[in-house]
Amino acid sequence: MARLIVGLAAAVVVTAMVPAPLPAQAQEAGHVKLTRGLVEIERAGQKALAAIGAAVQAGDVVTTGADGSVGITFLDNSLLSAGPNSVLAIDRFAFDSTTHQGSFESSLRKGTLAVVSGKLAKQSPEAMKVKTPAAVLGVRGTEFLVRTGDPKD
Amino acid sequence: MRRLAGLAALALLLLAGCAKPARNDLYVLLPGADGKTGALSVESDGKQAVLDQPYAAARVKAPGQVEPGVVTEQEARQAFGPALAAQPGRPTSFILYFLEARDELTPDSRQLLSRVVDEIGQRPAPEIVVIGHTDRVGPVPYNDTLSLRRAERVRDELVKVGIAADRIRVEGRGEREPLVPTPDEVAEPRNRRVEISVR
Repeated sequence: MARLIVGLAAAVVVTAMVPAPLPAQAQEAGHVKLTRGLVEIERAGQKALAAIGAAVQAGDVVTTGADGSVGITFLDNSLLSAGPNSVLAIDRFAFDSTTHQGSFESSLRKGTLAVVSGKLAKQSPEAMKVKTPAAVLGVRGTEFLVRTGDPKD
Repeated sequence: MRRLAGLAALALLLLAGCAKPARNDLYVLLPGADGKTGALSVESDGKQAVLDQPYAAARVKAPGQVEPGVVTEQEARQAFGPALAAQPGRPTSFILYFLEARDELTPDSRQLLSRVVDEIGQRPAPEIVVIGHTDRVGPVPYNDTLSLRRAERVRDELVKVGIAADRIRVEGRGEREPLVPTPDEVAEPRNRRVEISVR
């Protein structure tokens, strides 16, 4: 019995000493709420059709076809929705639901995007950035639209 | 020699005229749904424009060429119709109040619960967060437990009417985040609450 208790105590100590696992690089950032036409999520080189309710993670690239559009709600209540022929990369997402601190960076490589910023941008004007191949957008608690691409797009 | 210079000038003009814009970028600030308009900075190759009026816009035809302007609401709708139509429903939240020291809703809040259920039912893949709170009467650990019980009670009510339990996250914050700040040990009905976020 004593040995068992010592063993248990040792196990507790060891467990306590093991550092908490680092948050995985690919953390849940948001969920798909709406899709029309072809919408795919590319993750670690694999493309999959995006279903309603599908999780979106940092590192994902969301693409829409010629008839496609997609709406995503993020954990900080940011809303991003992309129109047809769009490529949207979720570069970085971190959100502390208690302090509302963190950061959210995304890139619209081409296409159209409508954004309603959420708690991150409200907490800090530096927290949310949207990039395009030609510009960087700084967001101060706001709703806005982004179109980027070649004139022929 | 003069003719040569003339030709060169002509060639330059032609080049400039033919140079198609490299990009077709358009950035538009919208009025906020709450009536407030925020601000958006657009930076390209060191050039910057700050948009802070409804429908203020910036066009970028090449890196470093930021042209401020304005679009009409109609132009914005036309250029961004499908993206705007795909916008998810706005997240919303409700506050329900509780009887003192109990996990029983007040009669008014009990009625509000059906509106919460309706709201959840209208959303695709709904996510619900229920956060319980207390007033400052009683010890902190007691209030931590009570606040979580309140949140769990609301979750149970939602599950009872058919909302999937795995869509609901519950948390208890005890007396730490009062809606109405009070000294310790003060009874305050407005702090005995759960906040339900729906998105």
